[in-house]
Amino acid sequence: MNLHEYQGKALFAEYNLPVSKGKIIYRADEVTDACNEIGGTSWVVKAQVHAGGRGKSGGVQLINTAEDGIKFAEKWLGNNLVTYQTDAKGQPVNSILIEECTNISSELYLSAVIDRDSQKIVFIGSSEGGVNIEDVAKNMPEKIIYQGVVYGDKSLPDSALNIAKVLKLNNVQTNQFISMIDNLLRLFVEKDLSLLEINPLVITDSGDLLCLDAKVNIDSNALFRHPELLEMYDETQEDPQEAEAAKNDLSYVSLDGNIGCMVNGAGLAMGTMDTIKFYGGNPANFLDVGGTATQERVAKAFKIILEDPDVKVVLVNIFGGIVRCDLIAKGIIAAIKEVEVKIPVVVRLEGNSADKGSKILSKADIKIDSINDLADAAKKAVELAK
Amino acid sequence: MSILVNKDTRLIVQGFTGSQGTLHSEQSIEYGTNIVGGVTPGKGGMEHLGKPVFNSVNEAVEELDPNASIIFVPAKFCKESIIESAEAGIKLIVCITEGIPTLDMLEVKKRIDDLGVRLIGPNCPGVITPGEAKLGIMPGNIHKPGSIGIISRSGTLTYEAVKQTTDLGFGQSSCVGIGGDPIPGSSFIDMLKLFEDDDQTEAIVLVGEIGGNAEEAAAEYIKNNVTKPVISYIAGQTAPAGKRMGHAGAIIAGGKGTAKDKIEKLKECGVHIADNLVSIGSKVAEVLQH
Repeated sequence: MNLHEYQGKALFAEYNLPVSKGKIIYRADEVTDACNEIGGTSWVVKAQVHAGGRGKSGGVQLINTAEDGIKFAEKWLGNNLVTYQTDAKGQPVNSILIEECTNISSELYLSAVIDRDSQKIVFIGSSEGGVNIEDVAKNMPEKIIYQGVVYGDKSLPDSALNIAKVLKLNNVQTNQFISMIDNLLRLFVEKDLSLLEINPLVITDSGDLLCLDAKVNIDSNALFRHPELLEMYDETQEDPQEAEAAKNDLSYVSLDGNIGCMVNGAGLAMGTMDTIKFYGGNPANFLDVGGTATQERVAKAFKIILEDPDVKVVLVNIFGGIVRCDLIAKGIIAAIKEVEVKIPVVVRLEGNSADKGSKILSKADIKIDSINDLADAAKKAVELAK
Repeated sequence: MSILVNKDTRLIVQGFTGSQGTLHSEQSIEYGTNIVGGVTPGKGGMEHLGKPVFNSVNEAVEELDPNASIIFVPAKFCKESIIESAEAGIKLIVCITEGIPTLDMLEVKKRIDDLGVRLIGPNCPGVITPGEAKLGIMPGNIHKPGSIGIISRSGTLTYEAVKQTTDLGFGQSSCVGIGGDPIPGSSFIDMLKLFEDDDQTEAIVLVGEIGGNAEEAAAEYIKNNVTKPVISYIAGQTAPAGKRMGHAGAIIAGGKGTAKDKIEKLKECGVHIADNLVSIGSKVAEVLQH
């Protein structure tokens, strides 16, 4: 689960990490009060969306009067911000973070992730901040440090020192940095983060470290022990179909093609998409209907797939494990009737009682192409989608 | 022979009396697996499916002398359940549950490595040695005793590979689903080692998917250490970058871990590639008859 910048910074503040003084607003008429409360003569206004690249897209602006802030708020609130990290539609802006202005002397990069290879939390640091870190990794690998850490380990200050060297920090900043790493690691572990990124981490003109941005991602599997974080969930930032699917415990991702897919198991769902492509078709979506393909779930899945107007045919591919295919077949027929599916449906059943299932499908009083062989089923779907 | 499990496996079930534990234990017993008992805290002293229930793994170990455990408890309790089993001296643990927090798994992985315990999963279909023992949720009837070792990160994809090798008459020595989580208990490499040393296994099928670099690491290992032919299929060739495809593991970040990268690396290391999901079996046939 992603957090907005302002939510991430609230967590940072809770963990004694240096962040700018700021205020979140939801309406343009809140801008003046917010600026007055923060004080000073210039501010930064930042549109809050779950995507990076906001600065280059006009979603971040330096303002010298509250009036300019109001104009910014009127322009963005209720509208979508498109950045290179969003799709063409963009992400809706429902709130704006107003912050005091910082004079920056240099920009650094700092992040932490769980590394699968070393099976540790790894901090990634670079002296080249504020830019696309992937380009730095590619072109100037010597400017990046990957430092694995273990929570509770006594050598944590040594790890922090290693990173501080690459960031070229002076003595005062290095001391700030050692406690910063300690606090970030505590935050990472106590709140079950899966990613945290500060880009840029800046050195201000007075020589202090400051977290100018905050990207925080929380391990969704751990939300059961963080009700306080679950409250920060912002459904408006999710694809509506994907959010609807998630509510029903279905895993759905929309794609560009015209062949709807309903499959049990994430791996098989990807394999089915690949097979469609292999025979010259284009999948409209990824959908994992899960281990128990009951009528209710199948009906829900049909509804979600059919909301995409591009879909011309649906390919159902179920490998019956513990669930019997004859039961699945009955569920599919009932679901097609319930949802009143009007486009062709190709069904491939395999595994437990697959023969019985196919028989039930072929005898149904609605037209279903029941094809046991996956290659033939995929070919049929591709042909029907033309 | 086979790997990990066989006729001598004495299995206990953690989360025995729950709905998942009950359903799959029934199926496993029917398959011929020697389930000696189970553990459900608070239900010790009961009998379930004709087997004794204990409050803790320690008690079960004392009474039943099991050598393997399978876990069906809810995700939020899995960390404790796995560590409990490992500390009680069980050397093979299979965890089926999905949705365990990644930081819990970091802790679990360190503990089981320190104790020298083999963990399969979590978030996996389990392990089966056809005709001998089924520790998992896979449909037993598609398997057949034979010569192909199968390793996979995904459940239903494993079944495809199994079905195809059964249909062509090869059968399987053992099949292992290592699970799709970022921090799995066992890796492809751990399983490749076991299959390489297993007399019954003539060829190995490795079913991978996008995300991470487990397949790349496996390819490197195969090049240097595996003499048996390896056939691989990688799912997610058409998945767009940056989109999460259901599995925690299946995400392509920053252009790394794409199917194309993995396939190239595997080819480079001498692995035979099935370029289509439906041709895994025929690729095995082609390689073995060559």
